[in-house]
Formats: sequence, structure tokens, C-alpha cells
Amino acid sequence: MTAVSDESAGEDAETDGGVRAYTVRLELVDEPGELLRALEPIANSGGNLLSIHHERGNITPRGHIPVEVDLECPPDRFDGIVDALRDAGVNVIQAGAEQYGEEINVVLVGDLVDTDLSNTLSRIEDEADAVVRDLSLAAPDGTAAVSSARARLAIDSGRTEAVLAAIRSIGSDKELTVVEPLLGGEA
Amino acid sequence: MRLAILGAGDVGRSVADLADEYGHEVVALADSTSAGIDPDGIDVDGALERKVGGDALGSSDPEDVFETAYDVLVEATPTTLGDAEPGFSHVERALEADRHVVLANKGPVAERYEELQALEADSAGSIRFEATVGGAIPVLSTIEDETPQAVTAVRGVLNGTANFILTRMAAEGLDYEHVLAEAQDLGVAEADPTFDVDGTDAALKFVILANVLAGGGFALEDATVEGIQSIPGSALDLASEDGRTIRLIGEATREDVRVGPRLVPENGALAVTGTRNIVQIETRHAGSLHSSGRGAGGPETATAVLSDVGRLPPL
Repeated sequence: MTAVSDESAGEDAETDGGVRAYTVRLELVDEPGELLRALEPIANSGGNLLSIHHERGNITPRGHIPVEVDLECPPDRFDGIVDALRDAGVNVIQAGAEQYGEEINVVLVGDLVDTDLSNTLSRIEDEADAVVRDLSLAAPDGTAAVSSARARLAIDSGRTEAVLAAIRSIGSDKELTVVEPLLGGEA
Repeated sequence: MRLAILGAGDVGRSVADLADEYGHEVVALADSTSAGIDPDGIDVDGALERKVGGDALGSSDPEDVFETAYDVLVEATPTTLGDAEPGFSHVERALEADRHVVLANKGPVAERYEELQALEADSAGSIRFEATVGGAIPVLSTIEDETPQAVTAVRGVLNGTANFILTRMAAEGLDYEHVLAEAQDLGVAEADPTFDVDGTDAALKFVILANVLAGGGFALEDATVEGIQSIPGSALDLASEDGRTIRLIGEATREDVRVGPRLVPENGALAVTGTRNIVQIETRHAGSLHSSGRGAGGPETATAVLSDVGRLPPL
């Protein structure tokens, strides 16, 4: 038998049962017990907490508190930790290096004001798991008539179809026309 | 080839008019009430003059067309939904008599595709229907050349009326009703534009495309269809803030058919203006192909019919 030297083994050696450090950025509601509720899914899914930055003075535009958590875990467990956080209702705004890989625009048309625009937007954030980055509203005939809104949404890579499906169902709930972006091809 | 043309609207009349230039002979031309028939070739100019003047096309009964010695039946009667009659029966009779059929009528191909395939399989004749999708644009022949299996999706703008309205709304900052009235004055939109603006016309074309890609299985009821009637001018303004515009876009894959107003890049390939049409054919091995042109009109659609006639094998 000849011993074969394994020269390529060095590059990805850490995936071989090793652990890696990750940073997740969370957005917490400012209520007692929220931080503990956010950390439990990490520990329960096999993550080891390294540090927690609780940025109390730095409120996000939606009035939430950003929290940065450093943790370590085997790479194959990291997605499970992020899923566990989301399942627990924790808003994950950044996971690992992947901070909302994609942005999409949607235009909503209908009785936006009468159907409570801010409720529509928070449903998009909660049910479609998207962050509203930018919003323009046009109501040329007054707020009682048909108006249009364009929302730029930050979403996780690869989740565009799911996000649009959720927005479509919110739209049909509220009798709004949803003008979606065209995906695929070289549109 | 000897052509028997059913339907004397813009398309049927243009086919009759241009047939000679393409090396074919018209032996019958019929509308729903009368027919001009001559086994040696009818006097096309005379028949068309009579039709335009409000007189009968000829002295024969439309039924007699099927007894005439023709090679290709050109089905250019108006598109009907549901059972797609009488277009479907016309195709059936021609195929059962072992003749070729070229359709400009979308109904049978969109609504009863599998039945057409079965009839064709039992006939010495063939069916072609390039004119049903995108008028002058060679959409189906391109898919045929690439082979349908290598095409993963077809997207695009295949209704000129809806596209004209959206283009004018975006350019002039006008609302839907205003632009629709203008389009009707210009003759771009019909007096009853429902089929165009509610997405049905585009949906029929994408149903046909899905049938070609998947080998059948689709009818209009399988398509998710939304029109442009609810789009206000302000929605187009908002879209343009971000370099986007709104177009009535159809998508056909082997899995589904969808037509609705969508955001597309303002300067992108799919943002064609006016009554222009465009299709994007996404292929497995060769990336995306784009083809743009006039998707409607008598002479434009007639060129698609006559190209089909040219592709038919001798009987």
C-alpha cells in the first residue's frame, strides 16, 4: 500500500466535525423575558453562546431593540438554529454573513388607507418574513379613493417565492391588487 | 398548396390577399354566410371587394368548402371559448378528410389541445398554429426548433391593447379609463376591450404555449389570470421611482400558466412600448432568446399562417 498525501485537506478542515463562530442579529420587542426567550432556541439547538450585545440605546425604526449574539456551533447545525429562532417568533435580521441577500419591490393598489396600511405592512413583515426598507404612497384622489404604495422589501436569499406567496395572500385578504416583480429569466 | 380559408375577418382576408405572393392558391374563401369556391382558384380581389362592400363573398354555401379539393384548411374564424366551436369541428372535418389545418383561431388549441393531437395522430394531415401566438413573431417555430423539452419557460407581453394602455398611462401620467377611450378612438382597442384588458386574450396564448411545452393538459380554467383594469396611473408613477414599470406579463411553464400585471425593469427587454409584443424563451442549454414584433394585425398574422403553410409536408 502507498500512503497518499492529502494536500487538499487543509482548506475546509473546520467542516470536519469542527465548530465555527457565527453572529446573528436579532430584533427584540422591549418586554421582560424577551432576551431569554431568544437565547433558549440557540442553546436547545446545540449552539454555544459566546457573547451578547444588547443595544438598549439603539432602537430600530420599528421601535425594537437590536441584539447581536455571537455563538459557535458545527456548520451543519447553524441553519437549524436560525430556523429554531424563527419558529420561536424571534425576528432574525441577520444570520451569519448573509444579511438579507435580496431586495424586491412590490406595488400594492386598492383602498390602502381604509384597510389600514400600517397593519398591511406589519403583516408583510410578520407573515412574509420581510423587512420594509422603503415605502412610497400615492393617493392622488385623496385617501378615501384607490391609492398605490410601493414597498421595497429586504428578504433572505432564496425566499422570494415564499415571500411573494405570503404577500399575495395578505393582498387577497384585504382586497388589494399586488403587482409583483417578474422573477426568472433576464427580465 | 391549395388553400380553403374559413373566416373573412382581417386575418382570413389578408391570407387570401397574400397567398399568391407566397406561391399558394386560394380555392375557397368563406365567412359564416357565404363562400366563394373555384377549384382553379377564386378571384380573390373580386371576393374581397364584395365583402368590403357588404355583399356576399360568393354564391356558394360555406358547407360546400369541405367538399372542395383543397390541401390546407386555414381556420381563421373568431376565437370562441369553452367547446371552441365551430372552429373545432372545422378542424375535425379537415383532418378526418386527411387534409392539413393551419389555425389562426386560438380557441381549439387553447381549450381542446389533446383532442386536436388525437385527431392529428389519426390523420394524414398535420396541424400548425403559429398565428395563434404573437402574430408575426415566430414563437412556436422557435420552440419547435429548440425542441419543447429544452424550453423551460416562456414569458412575455402578448397583448398589444393592454400594452398600449399601460405604456400611455406611464408616459402621460393618465388614468386607465382616459387612455382606454383614447385607444378606442385610435382603433387600438375594441369597443368591448374586455378580453384584452382582463388578461383573457394573453392567457389563451400562454395556455397554448404551456400545451406545447407540456404536450397538453392546459385550458383557460387552469390559468391564473389578472387584468390591468385596477391599475391606476399612480401605481406606474411609483414603479418608475425605482426604475421599474408595469406590464401585463404572461408566463407559461410545464407546470402552470400565469398572466397579470408585473413590475419589470423600465429599460429591460420585456418593457416593450405601444402595441409591440415580445416573448422571452428560456432554454435549458442556450440561455434566453428574445423575439419582438407585431403581435396582431391582418397582414402580420397572415404571414404566420403562410409560414406555417410553407412548413407543411406534401400530402
